[in-house]
Amino acid sequence: MAYNKRLDGRKTKELREMEARSGVIPNADGSAYFRVGNTVVYVAVYGPRPAPRFLANPTKGILRFHYNMMPFSGYGSRIRPGHKRRSQEIGKVMTGALEPVVDLSKYPNTIVDVFVELPQTDAGTRCAAISASSIALADAGIPMTDMVASVAVGQVDGTVVADLTYNEEAYDAIVSDIPVAVIHGSKEISLLQMDGEIKKEDLITALDMAVEVTEEIHRLQVEALTKRFMVE
Amino acid sequence: MSNIHVEARQVVVPGQILATGMDHLPGDNTFRREEEIVAKRLGTVGTDGRVIKVTPLNGPYFPRVGDKIIGKVYDILMSGWRINTGSVYPAMLPVRDASNKFVKSENLRNLLDIGDFCVVKITKVSSQNMVDVGMRDPELHRLEGGRVIKINCNKVPRVIGKMGSMIGLIKKQTNADITVGQNGLVWIRADTPENEYRAENAIKIVNEHAHQSGLTEKVEAYLNGVQ
Repeated sequence: MAYNKRLDGRKTKELREMEARSGVIPNADGSAYFRVGNTVVYVAVYGPRPAPRFLANPTKGILRFHYNMMPFSGYGSRIRPGHKRRSQEIGKVMTGALEPVVDLSKYPNTIVDVFVELPQTDAGTRCAAISASSIALADAGIPMTDMVASVAVGQVDGTVVADLTYNEEAYDAIVSDIPVAVIHGSKEISLLQMDGEIKKEDLITALDMAVEVTEEIHRLQVEALTKRFMVE
Repeated sequence: MSNIHVEARQVVVPGQILATGMDHLPGDNTFRREEEIVAKRLGTVGTDGRVIKVTPLNGPYFPRVGDKIIGKVYDILMSGWRINTGSVYPAMLPVRDASNKFVKSENLRNLLDIGDFCVVKITKVSSQNMVDVGMRDPELHRLEGGRVIKINCNKVPRVIGKMGSMIGLIKKQTNADITVGQNGLVWIRADTPENEYRAENAIKIVNEHAHQSGLTEKVEAYLNGVQ
């Protein structure tokens, strides 16, 4: 039984419905709201602010991510709140995804904290969070050489698809889920992880697909940032 | 062959290509990537001769030599004060740059106490962004009375206006003394609390609508309407 038709009726390259806004949290130095399908993410950026002594780097500022899924956000059972191995890891890979574009060389001994909160999740949280963080960091006026957009691609029972939902990740066949972050200008990949199995040819197709569909996310990011300053 | 891809005062995002070719030079908040000039911050584009620059819409204050800022004293040392500049980096005000008179180290509080606001000028910024400030020029002093409000430091030029037109208008209409620090702190003192409140609101209007045109009319309408 091949996976000819996607569970939610989308085409293979089609992303879920997306929505993005910047400057949603007045207290923060920069913030963003990003929704893709049923995955909702809020990002708040604080800083640059003085780094704690044990972290401070005298040559450049530090970028630090705090990723958190809210207890009621997932499917089924409650997510135990607090610090977890998983959230720590995702914070780490998100730093890796954004660090190549964020330029904090003029801010030695400081830290930029990025808080990622997910009130509702349906797979692809780290990708949504990276796309949102890129908006929030630009909104905070942090010097950046480029924007980063991110999407999950993968394979469901032999069909290469973009932007998997939770139901597709849990499909009863061989599935793979590959979160990819793409730097817009250079098309370099700054995040690449994988769960499951995929054929070599399919992986190449999937990565090309990721580069192609992140264009759409980038357009949305630009709109979210500039729309606020357009004169009516 | 050189091409500019954006219009003047267009809002651009980091990574956006502003121009290609070698005829133009990268200015503030831009950089050159091979043939292209690319924006580094969210802001509006401007050109100054051959230089293309981006004026940021958001972001932290960055201390620069010569800036007149409003600072808050938060610590007193043996021979000077430590001052919060509104940026991530604090400043040091040594006694010798604060007063022409001799001040004993046990009497520093008489000149500037903890929690006091003062208008100071940045005299030195090191490579690690350690900031030195001075208070010896006539326009630099401790602030007494009035109120201090915080605005976006990138909007300061709009609050001041061309040749000080905007701030002049607000001062005249509200009868207030106003000092605008480059770091986005604004000190207001008027003859009555009502006027002080009106001046504060007028400045907040400029802060919120700084990227729009017709700002002077908006502020004038507010100041005349409330009277």
